[in-house]
Amino acid sequence: MEFLGYRRTDGSVGTRNYVGILSTVICANEVAENISRQVAGTTAFLHHQGCCQTPIDIERVNDVLVGLGGNPNLAAVLLVSLGCESTDVEKVAEAIGKTGKRVETVVIQEIGGAAKAGAQGILIAQAMAVEASRQRRESFPLSELVLGLKCGSSDTTSGLSSNPTVGNLSDLVVEAGGTSILGEVTEFIGAEHLLAKHAKDEETGRKIIELVDRMENRAIQMGFDIRGGQPTGGNIKGGLTTIEEKSLGAIAKAGNAPIQAVYEYGVRPTVKGLVVMDSPGREPEILTGLAAAGANVIAFTTGRGAPQGFPFVPVIKLTGNENTWKNLRDHMDVSVVSIMEGDETLSEAGQRLLSETVEVASGKKTKAEISGYTSSMDIYMVGPVI
Amino acid sequence: MNYDAIMIKTRDNVATALKELVQLQECRLSGGDESLGIIIREPIAFGHKFAVVDIREGDDIIKYGEVIGRATSPILKGCHAHVQNIESLRGRGDLKKKGE
Repeated sequence: MEFLGYRRTDGSVGTRNYVGILSTVICANEVAENISRQVAGTTAFLHHQGCCQTPIDIERVNDVLVGLGGNPNLAAVLLVSLGCESTDVEKVAEAIGKTGKRVETVVIQEIGGAAKAGAQGILIAQAMAVEASRQRRESFPLSELVLGLKCGSSDTTSGLSSNPTVGNLSDLVVEAGGTSILGEVTEFIGAEHLLAKHAKDEETGRKIIELVDRMENRAIQMGFDIRGGQPTGGNIKGGLTTIEEKSLGAIAKAGNAPIQAVYEYGVRPTVKGLVVMDSPGREPEILTGLAAAGANVIAFTTGRGAPQGFPFVPVIKLTGNENTWKNLRDHMDVSVVSIMEGDETLSEAGQRLLSETVEVASGKKTKAEISGYTSSMDIYMVGPVI
Repeated sequence: MNYDAIMIKTRDNVATALKELVQLQECRLSGGDESLGIIIREPIAFGHKFAVVDIREGDDIIKYGEVIGRATSPILKGCHAHVQNIESLRGRGDLKKKGE
């Protein structure tokens, strides 16, 4: 099986071919969004970070922007900067440029305001979009897939049907020599002992446990029971009682492949196979982290109907909840209700999801892409705003 | 759908409703022991759990063959098992504050 993708000069393969308009700080979002709206073939990544933060978070903003700019689904990158932010815009531009893509920067304070920055950015983005549109899709093996895994607005159908189906997809991608990235460390709590057994060696298993301890301690230090935050109010309405129960269902997304490595948030894996990446469970942060890590397609399970996609990575939504499939058809791509009804096995559903993933990777649009439900993103921060 | 609820592992002490279950109905359980002969004691919403055996206060709650929490009050066989009678054992900053 092969998919049709876009070859990038650094050797990676894109499933989309956008010009990325990346805001380097919250204060440049309006201009970045404006440019993107005016130029077909572009997409904007907006967020709320890049200023008045501790050095560890500023460094993370730099790294994540570099990762996003380097994502193979972007053909070229325009950075939109205010000018006085903490983000090291020059360093970010230089690092993205190393992937061989064209990178330009527009600085609002230097050029003389939002109107001029918008006009300049539109002209640059137009030229980039024309250049990008000349590229054709080519055939690639599934080993070039970098699959991101995510579940959101989970209910008890997630752990029984959609998550194990994604686990099968992940196994199939890994067997084909591809990469699969599991995040959402909060949703390892109570199931980390099982995940650690999946690790390729003891050291990797220990790193998984450490990530969970770090995440759980952050929550415990606030002095409250995390229930209500995790599982969420919606999860509880859907029948999930504790974070342990949610986690045991969530880790089914990992399938059975051995975990090869553990990475910090947004870091691009240097190995193939299944890897773990630190991240919280909330959509804007994990989707951004997966994209920064180079995911070119994301499989996203939902019980009650989470609508989010990502600006330049296709996000395939699947659900095992019959009501959600019926009521939220403009957000759902794949139904695995058949598993809940006993009409399809998990492995049959996994094969079906693989076919859908190959089609989407080759250009079929997901519901999140069509509905444009992709703009509310953010970068996962560890420290306070100061 | 032939089954009313699913029990994922045989050592589980709760099962998950695959449809809305009504009071006093008999429950056909997938993956579980048919000899359990469960009568539903209170309405159970789709996706929610109920006890398949009598659970005592303080007992572990088992689903997927793993501990998912602890009973904070007795849960009789066929009764709704959820946040009103199960507490999490993880991420409990509230317990740390109280010094437990």
